[in-house]
Amino acid sequence: MLEVSGLTVDYLTGTNPVRAVDDVSLSVGRGEFVGIVGESGCGKSTLLFAIARLLSPPAVVTAGSVTFRGENLVTMTDRRLNAIRWQNLSVVMQSAMNALNPVMPVGAQFADALRAHGTISRKAVAARSAEVLRLVGIDAVHLGSYPHQLSGGMRQRAMIAMALLFTPDLVIMDEPTSALDVVAQRSLMTQIKELQRELGFAVVFVTHDMSLVSHYSDRLVVMYAGQVAEAGATRRIFDRPLHPYSRGLLEAFPSIRGDKVPLQGIPGSPPDLSVIHNGCRFSPRCPVKLPACETTPPALLDREGTSVRCLLYDPGIAAVAQAEAGQATQPRRRRL
Amino acid sequence: MTELLRAEHLTRHFKIGGTLARGTLHAVDDVSFLIGEREIVALAGESGSGKSTVARLLARVYPPTSGTVTYFDGTGAGKPLSALRSRRDALRYSAQVPMVFQDPFSSLNPVFRVSHGVLRALKLHRPELSAAERRAEAARVFDVVGLGAGMLGRFPHELSGGQRQRVGFAQALATRPRLILADEPVSMLDTSIRIGLLNLMAKLRAEEGVSILYITHDIASARYVADRLIVMYAGRIAETGPVEDVLAAPRHPYTQLLLSAVPDPKAPPPGLEALAAAAGERGEPPKVIDPRPGCRFQPRCPVAIDQCATVTPELLPLGTGEAACHVAQSGAEVKAFS
Repeated sequence: MLEVSGLTVDYLTGTNPVRAVDDVSLSVGRGEFVGIVGESGCGKSTLLFAIARLLSPPAVVTAGSVTFRGENLVTMTDRRLNAIRWQNLSVVMQSAMNALNPVMPVGAQFADALRAHGTISRKAVAARSAEVLRLVGIDAVHLGSYPHQLSGGMRQRAMIAMALLFTPDLVIMDEPTSALDVVAQRSLMTQIKELQRELGFAVVFVTHDMSLVSHYSDRLVVMYAGQVAEAGATRRIFDRPLHPYSRGLLEAFPSIRGDKVPLQGIPGSPPDLSVIHNGCRFSPRCPVKLPACETTPPALLDREGTSVRCLLYDPGIAAVAQAEAGQATQPRRRRL
Repeated sequence: MTELLRAEHLTRHFKIGGTLARGTLHAVDDVSFLIGEREIVALAGESGSGKSTVARLLARVYPPTSGTVTYFDGTGAGKPLSALRSRRDALRYSAQVPMVFQDPFSSLNPVFRVSHGVLRALKLHRPELSAAERRAEAARVFDVVGLGAGMLGRFPHELSGGQRQRVGFAQALATRPRLILADEPVSMLDTSIRIGLLNLMAKLRAEEGVSILYITHDIASARYVADRLIVMYAGRIAETGPVEDVLAAPRHPYTQLLLSAVPDPKAPPPGLEALAAAAGERGEPPKVIDPRPGCRFQPRCPVAIDQCATVTPELLPLGTGEAACHVAQSGAEVKAFS
C-alpha cells in the first residue's frame, strides 16, 4: 500500500547540505504495523515528514519516490494531496501538548478537520466526533473540554481519535507515547493495536525506544545516520539482531527481570551528517569493526530474508577478514 | 549505614485556583525516608506523583508546608534544613547537596563555554582556590565524568545530549558533594546513551563516595543502579525497600501495576488478548486536590477493601521494606497485577 523507494532528503543549508535521509526504501502492507527505531538525529522523523509530505525548507526530497495507493506523493499536486491527507493518510504528532490548540475545545478541533475534508452537517460532525472519541475510550462529554482539562494520556488518545476521523488506510505516528509513563504507554499501545485490528489501517510508528515496539510491531526498520541499518520481522530482530548497531540498541537497556548484568550501551554519538563519510557510518562506534569498514561503504544486503547494512555479511569481505584474523569462527557469531 | 539525610513527614501543598474554585494541591504528603552515605536511592513514580517536588524540597527550592529534613554533615548531630539561616550555612548545604537537572538542553547557558558553570561553582563554593587551581579542578572533574579536559572550551551546542548531561554531573561534582539530587537525569537521552550515564552514577558513588537520589520513572534503570527503591503514588510513598526485594516481591498493588507494565523485549510476545486484559487498567493517577482520607490508589485497585476508601494507609514495615497498603498489612498476599 505504501512503497517508499530510494527516498533521499537533504537539508540545503549554506555551503554543506546535510543528507538526513539517504536512500531509504520500505514498504507497508495493508493493516501492517511497521516500527522505525533509531537514536535522535538518525533521520527517522525526517523520513516520516517526507512520507507525509510535511517537510518544509530547507529540507527537500532530492531523490526517490513515495507511492501511496499507486500515486506518487512526492510529485503530487497540492490539490490532490489535500484530498488524500486525513482522508486516507493521517499523522499523529509527537507531543499532544503542543499539537492540540490550547484555546479551542477538543470538539471544535475535530469539527475543523471534518469540515475541511467534506462532512458538512452539524449533526454529522457531532455524531462522528463522538464516535471516534468513544473508539479511543474517552467519554463524548470531553468534546467540550479544553486540552488542559485532559490528562496527558487522554490528550494523546484524542490525537489518535482525530487521526481516525475518516478511517484512513495509513496512520503515521511520531513517538506518540514518549511523554507518557509506562502504565499509560502500555494501555495506549494496546489500544492502537486493537483499533488497528478493528478498522484495518496500517501504522508506521517511529520511536527511539526499541523495547516499546517489541510486542506490537510486525516489522521493524532500524535506522542509523539516515540509512536503514537493518530491516526485517520484529521477532527476528529481537531474537537474532544481525547489525552490530541493532545488537547494541538491544543490549542498551537494563531489564527488570533476570540477572543484573553490567551494560555498556553504545559508546560515542551518531556521526555528523554534514561531513562526508567514507566507509560504514557506524564504524567509529562499532565493537566488531573490520579494517575494510573504514573505507568501504556497506550496501544493504539480503540475509535470511531481512536486509542488513554491514560488511560482516558481505561474503567477499567477511572471507578476507576471516583469513586475516585466522579464525575458524563465523564473524557473525562473534559476541559483542 | 551512616545517615546522611533524613526526611520526616515531609509535606508540600500548593494553593491553586482563583477566588471561586480555590483548592489545595497535595503534591507531597507525609513522606519519610532516609538516605545513607554512599547510597543510591531511586525515587520512582509516574509524572505527577510528587517525586520532583521531593527533590526540590531537599534542594531548598521551596520550604516544606510541614515536616522536617535533617542533614548530617558529618560533623556530629544532624541539623534541620530550616535551621540553615546564614548565607554561609546555606551555601555550604547547596554545595554538598547539588542538583542535576532533567533537560541537558536548557540547563546549560548557550552563550558560555561549558567550563563556565564549573568555574563559577568553584569560585562561589571554594573561594580558597586560585584561578589556576580552579582550572585544574575543572579539568579533574571533567575527567572524572568521562569528558576529558579538552571539552572545557567547548560551547553547549557542540556537545551531544549525553555529553551535556555529563557536564551537569561535572558541575555537581566540583563543589565536593555528599549527595547529588539527580532529577530524571537520563530521561531526555537516547536509550543507547543512558547506560553510560547510569554507569557514571555508579562510578561516582564508588570513586567519589557520593550518595545519589536518583529520580526516575524507569524502574529498570532504578534496578540497574540503585540500592533502595522508593515508589511514590499521588504524593505519598506506596512502597520502599531494597530494590531487588521490591522487584522480586512487590507488596503494594501500585508497584505491581508499574512492574507489569514494563515491556520486556526478551520475552515472547503475549497475544493481543493477554495484552488487552493486562492493559484493561485505564485509570489514571488522581490530581490530589483537597483529598479525603483513604488510600489514593483505591479507585484503581482491584483488591481494595472497605477500609481503603476511608482510612489512609500508613507506611509500615513489611518484610525487608515498607508498604502503605491495608490489604498487604493485614497479612494477605496481594496479587493485583502480574
